Amino acid sequence: MVSIRSISVSPSSLIPADLPWVIQHREDRCTLCGRCTSACPTQAIYLAYRRKRMPKLNIGGEIGNDFKTFTGIRQRTDVAHRCIGCGMCAMVCPNEAITPGPNPNDSRLKFHMNQGGEAWKRGGRRNNGDTILDRVIFTRISMLTDPALDAGRHEFFINTILGRILSPEEYLRRKAAGEWIPPTREIFPFVIGSMSFGALSPNMWLGLLQGVAYCNEVLGIPVAMATGEGGCPPWVLKSPFLKYIILQIASGYFGWDEIIRAIPEMQCDPCAIEIKYGQGAKPGDGGLLMWYKVSKLIARLRGVPEGVDLPSPPVHQTLYSIEESVMKMIQTMSMAWGFRVPVYPKISGSTSAKAVLNNLVRNPYAGGLLMDGIDGGTGAAYNVSMDSMGHPIASNLRECYLDLVAQGKQNEIPLFAAGGIGKNGNVAQNGMALIMLGASGVHIGKYMMQAAAGCLGSERNRCNVCNIGVCPKGITSQNPKLYRRLDPDAVAQRVVDVFLAIRTEIKKIMAPLGRSQSLPIGMSDALGINDAAAAERLKIRYIC
Amino acid sequence: MCRLALKTANEPFSPYSILKAMESMQEGYDGSGLGLLLRGLHFKDYNYGGEHPILSGIAHTEKALARLNSIMENKGFELKYDHEFNTDLSLIEAKDRHKYFVREYRPPASWKSLDKEGAGQEMMLTRLELRKDGEDNGGDITVFSFWPDVAIIKEVGWPLEVGRALGLDDDRINARVVMAQGRQNTNYGINLYACHPFFVQGIATMTNGENTAFVPIKEWLQGRHFPGYIGYQSDSEVFTHILHYVTKKLKLPLETYKHVITPLKTEELAGHPQGEFLMGLKTACRRLIIDGPNCVMGSLPDETTLLVMDHKKMRPGVIGGRPGEWAMSSEMCGLEAMIPERDRSADFQPMREHTVIVPPDRKEYKVWYQFDPFPFRLAA
Repeated sequence: MVSIRSISVSPSSLIPADLPWVIQHREDRCTLCGRCTSACPTQAIYLAYRRKRMPKLNIGGEIGNDFKTFTGIRQRTDVAHRCIGCGMCAMVCPNEAITPGPNPNDSRLKFHMNQGGEAWKRGGRRNNGDTILDRVIFTRISMLTDPALDAGRHEFFINTILGRILSPEEYLRRKAAGEWIPPTREIFPFVIGSMSFGALSPNMWLGLLQGVAYCNEVLGIPVAMATGEGGCPPWVLKSPFLKYIILQIASGYFGWDEIIRAIPEMQCDPCAIEIKYGQGAKPGDGGLLMWYKVSKLIARLRGVPEGVDLPSPPVHQTLYSIEESVMKMIQTMSMAWGFRVPVYPKISGSTSAKAVLNNLVRNPYAGGLLMDGIDGGTGAAYNVSMDSMGHPIASNLRECYLDLVAQGKQNEIPLFAAGGIGKNGNVAQNGMALIMLGASGVHIGKYMMQAAAGCLGSERNRCNVCNIGVCPKGITSQNPKLYRRLDPDAVAQRVVDVFLAIRTEIKKIMAPLGRSQSLPIGMSDALGINDAAAAERLKIRYIC
Repeated sequence: MCRLALKTANEPFSPYSILKAMESMQEGYDGSGLGLLLRGLHFKDYNYGGEHPILSGIAHTEKALARLNSIMENKGFELKYDHEFNTDLSLIEAKDRHKYFVREYRPPASWKSLDKEGAGQEMMLTRLELRKDGEDNGGDITVFSFWPDVAIIKEVGWPLEVGRALGLDDDRINARVVMAQGRQNTNYGINLYACHPFFVQGIATMTNGENTAFVPIKEWLQGRHFPGYIGYQSDSEVFTHILHYVTKKLKLPLETYKHVITPLKTEELAGHPQGEFLMGLKTACRRLIIDGPNCVMGSLPDETTLLVMDHKKMRPGVIGGRPGEWAMSSEMCGLEAMIPERDRSADFQPMREHTVIVPPDRKEYKVWYQFDPFPFRLAA
């Protein structure tokens, strides 16, 4: 049967009320300046000219119609042009005439995010505001016998160690024998997590690095930042700032030609090398840089043609088994810098994390383990991977830490945790909870984008278009028209603000616990949670 | 806050004199536990050679004592001397005290083939076996030490009462080193094993204050899987085990203890003559960094005694005395009570970077400063 054309509907026809975000536009305030429509990253709104018919019903008079035209802002409802709720329209509107509002009804968009058979890919986060970390509180407050410390005036030692640490016996033995002592770094326990030069815009990257350099060189906060896959700008590789950078090598090996070639010209060693085996946002999946973002600069850095998708394989292809891979890659990377740089793997949070860890314990070159939980963010991934694959970080980390405790190796392989730290803004509290559960430090990515650059993403599927290079703030775009919106100096200032505040909050947490002499790694007796099952799983105190 | 008193002298003295010093500091503890360690023993009615191990503890019932006897007999120990205290149990709060024992045992013949370390291991394992046997039987045996020339008494109650209850004022048992601690019960239950001084293989320490890094340190020590690193009824027990680990396991000089529990800052180590070695040591022993406030007093098998402060909110501690006898105390009045005739201008209150050591000759006390070069070949 031929379908009728008079009512124009298709299977994916939606109305604004079917979308997660609905444009609220006040025509009485709109001056038709057009700023909103030009700023909208998805062209979800457009300036429309409409015709209005007014029937004339003059009794005894002439019968007919009056026609008028009027203008207004309208919302597109096709999937490609859906409103993503970023709110750039509201940000540029001179008259507060427009804003996106969350749709309280059930959104039907998800049913249609597979046009052309393409499963939904996006950037951002898991879109789930729940986190056990927010519920952990610090309950062991020092009182009479050991009065609380003065967070403002007392001296605190809050740095952590990255790199393989020998047992005291082995340290003394090697020292006596004149043998190699594995390199370690004393760093701030909050690390800027891997976000690649490619995922991030040049201005964002520059701003982060400027902020990190200021923290290290002026404030004495030894912040490190990780690159993610895709190399590092050559001017950074040859600069004295490289010592603050953790270079990541991942399964696509993008950017490593540049890095290896730059080794003879490096002024200093990098902070560390991170070998990515997995990430929290898309466990079991390789990195993904979609073609939109493969600009001329990125193509040069990665050694690829412009404008092609760059999906990295899920595993490092060159080797036979993961054990062998880990061993050979760690040794190769160690050797490249004369065994002077810590090398550690990064894996997705997973029930198999313990197996990896036990393997690393027996590898004398492994400099730590970074575990990235399910709430980790990404520049691009399949929606299903982000939402449903992986393991929450808290119990995963705790289990691995207790495994090390049972072996007496908890000081030897530092565990770093990532994935959703500060997802609701409680970054120091979340991080310190993980540290007291056993992490030597934490990596923060999304929080840095939100706090230092004003990323608009939220846990309610707001924005999340990092993958297609249309970031309205210019944070994750390679388009100069967009990234020039971001002032690197302003980002650097915010990076400094963030780390100063984290440092203060760490002290405000440690001081009442009577801790100041070392970062309270594994101080689980300080923690409590009002959930009996979680308390049992994490082996901390149940409180109510 | 607990109170500490330690005296070391060339001539054996009565432990009761130390209990009097404890009495002078009475406002600082709550009678929830008194511990007394005697080293360099001298019995009025017996000439002890100082070689054979002394077992000290409490048998809470007759049956327990019988069990203890048969365990020791079966292991081949021969009872050489059983010190009888002139006890007046009515002065003791607890009612389940059958016998306080301080006994010398001749080890089994098979130990002759053991070196010093092997014998030390066997003595510790024997003590732990007895402790375990007591715990398995409702806590009817409590064992504090099994080591040559060391006796330990622990009891709930006020120091002088406990002293009188055991007749410690009768001069029948004297010692060259006496450590006493009156406990202010903080985190943990009233338990004899929670009383200081703590002891493992000849190493003993006692502490005032509270160590907030207790749980991570305890977990790390337990990870050494060394049988003697057990107990932890008190957060202060880790101080003893760290001292044991540093001096016996790592075989490092005594001064290292300070560098392990309260290492210098990274920037301070950068300017230290042996900074590189000490930085590596700090990293390797990072889990043993304490978080006081604490003042730690200790004694070693060769009768060396020491006093170490934590790095931040230091608990009080003072040393004073004269050649041949020195006393350490958490309060001046304690020192005053132990050695009233001394040159007070030579009294010394150590600061965060000090370790005070009285060597076995007791001619003088040495103040070792953490910034000083480190007396160790490897570090040179």
